[in-house]
Amino acid sequence: MRNPQRSQKIAFFFLFLATLLIVIPVGLIVVIIIQKGLPAINWQFLSDIPRQGMRTGGIFPAIIGTLYLVMGAIIFALPIGLLAAIYLSEYAKDNIINRIIRLAIVNLSGVPSVVYGLFGLALFVVFLKFGASILSGSLTLGIMILPIIITTSREALESVPQSFREVSLSLGASKWQTIRHIVLPNAIPGVLTGTILGLGRAAGETAPILFTVAAFYLPQLPKSIFDQAMALPYHLYVISTQVPNVDEKVRYGTALVLLSLVLFMNLVAIIIRYNFRKKKKW
Amino acid sequence: MRKLKEFFIEKLILICGLASIFFVVLIFLFLTKEGLSVFKSVTPGNFLFGKSWYPISEPAHLGILPLIFGSLLVTLGAAIISIPIGVACAVYIAEIAPLKIKEILKAGIELLAAIPSVVLGFIGMVTLVPWVKSTFHLPTGLTALSGSIILAFMAMPTIVSIAEDALYSVPKSYKEGAFALGATHWQTIYRVLLPAASSGIVAAVMLGIGRVIGETMAVMMITGNAAVIPQSILVPVRTLTATIAAEMGEAVVGSEHYFALFAIGIVLFIMSFIINVTADLFLHKRNR
Repeated sequence: MRNPQRSQKIAFFFLFLATLLIVIPVGLIVVIIIQKGLPAINWQFLSDIPRQGMRTGGIFPAIIGTLYLVMGAIIFALPIGLLAAIYLSEYAKDNIINRIIRLAIVNLSGVPSVVYGLFGLALFVVFLKFGASILSGSLTLGIMILPIIITTSREALESVPQSFREVSLSLGASKWQTIRHIVLPNAIPGVLTGTILGLGRAAGETAPILFTVAAFYLPQLPKSIFDQAMALPYHLYVISTQVPNVDEKVRYGTALVLLSLVLFMNLVAIIIRYNFRKKKKW
Repeated sequence: MRKLKEFFIEKLILICGLASIFFVVLIFLFLTKEGLSVFKSVTPGNFLFGKSWYPISEPAHLGILPLIFGSLLVTLGAAIISIPIGVACAVYIAEIAPLKIKEILKAGIELLAAIPSVVLGFIGMVTLVPWVKSTFHLPTGLTALSGSIILAFMAMPTIVSIAEDALYSVPKSYKEGAFALGATHWQTIYRVLLPAASSGIVAAVMLGIGRVIGETMAVMMITGNAAVIPQSILVPVRTLTATIAAEMGEAVVGSEHYFALFAIGIVLFIMSFIINVTADLFLHKRNR
């Protein structure tokens, strides 16, 4: 028992076992969804409206709704998030305000998603009278992904070497010119990574859109940003808990489309990051 | 002209920099604006410690103690499962795994973090719930235990990645010193590296738990949603988050029920605030 080599072997075995306990279920989840969802995927499923109380037909309105929501969220969150990141990396001094901003970002990223839903309901739907609409949902999702965009953009901006800035300033460029023409172009891949990760998060979240936009069943496509819309994650929730006797294939198919959408975005983000790291000049 | 333009741009940047503070305050204001109205009809004590939650009966019973117990039980279960496994996995990735496997494992963890909670909830419903039902011979598999297992998987990516960061940032010299004194790799890990990274690991665990308490969809789909104080982990429970998500659709805007759900939102907001601020303190302690 007092043999250190042997206890090391035992310990490492258990650490390995713990790792398998995480990795194997993740693999299984993905495999099960692909295996059972793939037979449901065909052109009709992707392009038709849900039929017979959502038991057959397609999921087209839900796909479109999710795309609208995600686009709306990013149009709102990207400019604010990027400028906030520029402020934190280029302008902020290490003082009390800066520390409060950091704390606020940490907090925003920790607020439960359903609380964002409540907030969106109280502010956008009721107080500003946008009603349950794509606008309310997008703004709610936008605020939710703001911390992701700020944090990743800030890291990207801060990783641009200080000497780049000094050279630009010494050539007579102003601070904003330096940021605009030197710092930002070099930080673009990092900002893009953060943006795409934010998109993926917004596409998969259900709780924030429950009371701000999501429609249970809406066969036509939304015509303006003040319309309600269906959304993929909410649709999956509805057909797996609220509607009885839905064909298993339809459920797995919907799960597969949602999972593919989210994982595809994450994959793109990972590839951009990987290429950027390889090409980095400094 | 250029000066003026830059002046405005820099002001705009400053405003956006302050936006996150603005939003946190705005969230808190709107939660309290709606939520505090509930205390006209129920005292804060009865709200927090009342044993029954019947929001639509006459008169309404608005005690959230069963919901708090539901959240705590599910969270405790998830913590017991995810903390040892998560920390062990972090140690494996940071210290033992060969470089290639390490990259694959990290990608796998990122994959897990990216799976939407509604998808995990769905998978839990079709695989885990029937398994729990038949294994423990229960009338229903929608139990706190099922919720705990699924939530453990949602906490693990957070725990693993932050704990791995903490282990990675322990100075190399600590490890070399321990090796030079003749310690084995495992002795170095648990006598030197783990204590040195402890505050980062505590932060990782706290943030993981924060994620669990705030999780909504998966929990609503697989815990059975019974708003009673649970007697064991094998019965249906209902959490704070699931209550809001499940009932807000039916609550009339401006009703007592509506205000009560916002008051639950305040409770959740304050919980996540405390967890995140404390975790941040632990993380910064490490950096100093």
